[in-house]
Amino acid sequence: MKRTPIYGMMAEFDSATDLVGAARKTHAAGYKKVDAYSPFPIEDLAEAIQCSNYVPLVTLIGALIGGASGYLMQYWMMAISYPINVGGRPYNSWPAFIVITFEMTILFGGISAVFGMLALNGLPMPYHPVFNVPRFAMATKDRFFLIIFSSDPRYSPAGVRQFLESLGPRSISEVPS
Amino acid sequence: MADQTDNVAVENQNAPVIEPGYTFGTVTDKISSIVLNRPTSTGWFIGFGAGFVLTMMMLFAIGYLVVKGTGIWGINIPIGWGFAIVNFVWWIGIGHAGTLISAILLLLRQSWRNSINRFAEAMTLFAVAAAGIFPLIHTGRPWLAYWLFPYPNTMNYWPQFRSPLLWDVFAVSTYFTISLLFWFIGLVPDLATLRDRSQNRTAQIIYGMLALGWRGSARHWHRYESAYLLLAGLATPLVLSVHTVVSFDFAISIVPGWHTTIFPPYFVAGAIYSGFAMVLMLAIPIRKLYGLEDFITDRHLQNSAKVMLATGWIVAYGYGIEAFMGWYSGNRYDAFTLWNRLHGPYAFFYFSLLACNIFIPQLLWIRKLRTSTVGLFLISLVILVGMWLERFVIVVMSLHRDFLNSSWGMYYPTRWDWMTYIGTIGMFLTAMFLFVRILPMISIFEMRTLLPEAEVKAE
Repeated sequence: MKRTPIYGMMAEFDSATDLVGAARKTHAAGYKKVDAYSPFPIEDLAEAIQCSNYVPLVTLIGALIGGASGYLMQYWMMAISYPINVGGRPYNSWPAFIVITFEMTILFGGISAVFGMLALNGLPMPYHPVFNVPRFAMATKDRFFLIIFSSDPRYSPAGVRQFLESLGPRSISEVPS
Repeated sequence: MADQTDNVAVENQNAPVIEPGYTFGTVTDKISSIVLNRPTSTGWFIGFGAGFVLTMMMLFAIGYLVVKGTGIWGINIPIGWGFAIVNFVWWIGIGHAGTLISAILLLLRQSWRNSINRFAEAMTLFAVAAAGIFPLIHTGRPWLAYWLFPYPNTMNYWPQFRSPLLWDVFAVSTYFTISLLFWFIGLVPDLATLRDRSQNRTAQIIYGMLALGWRGSARHWHRYESAYLLLAGLATPLVLSVHTVVSFDFAISIVPGWHTTIFPPYFVAGAIYSGFAMVLMLAIPIRKLYGLEDFITDRHLQNSAKVMLATGWIVAYGYGIEAFMGWYSGNRYDAFTLWNRLHGPYAFFYFSLLACNIFIPQLLWIRKLRTSTVGLFLISLVILVGMWLERFVIVVMSLHRDFLNSSWGMYYPTRWDWMTYIGTIGMFLTAMFLFVRILPMISIFEMRTLLPEAEVKAE
């Protein structure tokens, strides 16, 4: 993203319905670099904003790696590295290895889901330009925000402000970078 | 149990999931002010202090154990497992209700869970931590406990992967890790709320670091929701597997009374049974002391009571099948185990177990009792005692008289056994007191989604 002194223009809304409506209109107006902020997850909003979600894929890959490495670890240790004959059981006693294979699948899948989600979201990120707007502290309580980034090709301070005003927000603020 | 939140109002008119009249702002204020503004009460200090003293007692008992060895306990040959394993199974079972509430009820869209999942998850974590202590110190040389993990070592060998005890190591450590991740990831948006609401610079920095810079972006929420659901989907089979694997510790062996196929389902049901009892024992005083009756309503208490009633019957079925198989298998050792339970030296504990787990909880059929907090609290206490007795009966009564009369014995716990056990209860309480003081005990963002104004109206 190009570094500019202005990060974007932010509008504040009172309700989830207003925000979703505004996000849809913004999309329809042709703005592409847009984000919205809400104090709780809103399914319709994700649709209106349009975002990629690779979390399920990352989780699947993690779980498969966990399961495969869980089984292969046991196979290698019990059948190749140090085979011990316990009451004539086969070295590769696969039924006995299922439990740990399963646990490793869950462990790796869960860790991939959490850390994959954080990585895809670019978190942790203690500083972010949107925090420069004092009213943004309400985004974790009961206010809803929509931002059009200055990196949007159609961005012009006056044009965007005028557009956002047409959405009927509670307030509009410019976000310094 | 199957009622959806939509027809809550129709079916259960007196007990909504959240009292009417709340907005995003008031829900946020009410929950976050417990942590941020409310002065720490004397009662909190007394409770925390009592827990802390008991924790110190536990550390003393463990310290003495490390110096002297497991001979200070009541364990012997034939009863090598004793209190350590009884308490391990009891604690880990208690943890299971937290995961049931946070994961399984999430997948089943039981949104009433939103106000109790946070502290139920915390309960899971602390219970699993308390459980983990026991097998660790029961090894006798806890400073070598890392030998349980497969790591390349100078001795050039590996743990025995065909042993259920090693499965247990993997199951319990996975369970703790996933529970911790689930709990923490659920906390992140609420930590951001605390960061933004806090007036105190130190608190702002600490909550700010823990919140990882969460800003509630729609893209973040989208991925967050799918990670949360996937984690719930992974935790669901996990929680069922954990107590199944714990039951394998017994069932894979050939000891009479242990070697049965009913153990996995019956252990899992028993775990949830005792876990919900612990949830109620925590929820009832917490909602009273912190004035949270509007969020943790009578409906939550009633639903928990119904879950206990249902799982209690599964447990009763387990006892029935155990007794039936003692006779039906035609195996004289199994038959003797049954006889020994009814007439042996520990018969009192077996009958107490039946009273605590089967007969007394039937009082929950009475609606008046399900809505009475005192009654529910007392029945939950009885169930927790009963579930502890169940593990005592399983561990001690099977081991003390097995195949050969010459290897029969008796088990008497010593004061060190009791000090360690009661000490872990203290540790659990200490952790719970710290948790309700410094973290939001109810998930704020999930409560917001329950409010009518959270609904996006079609234009």
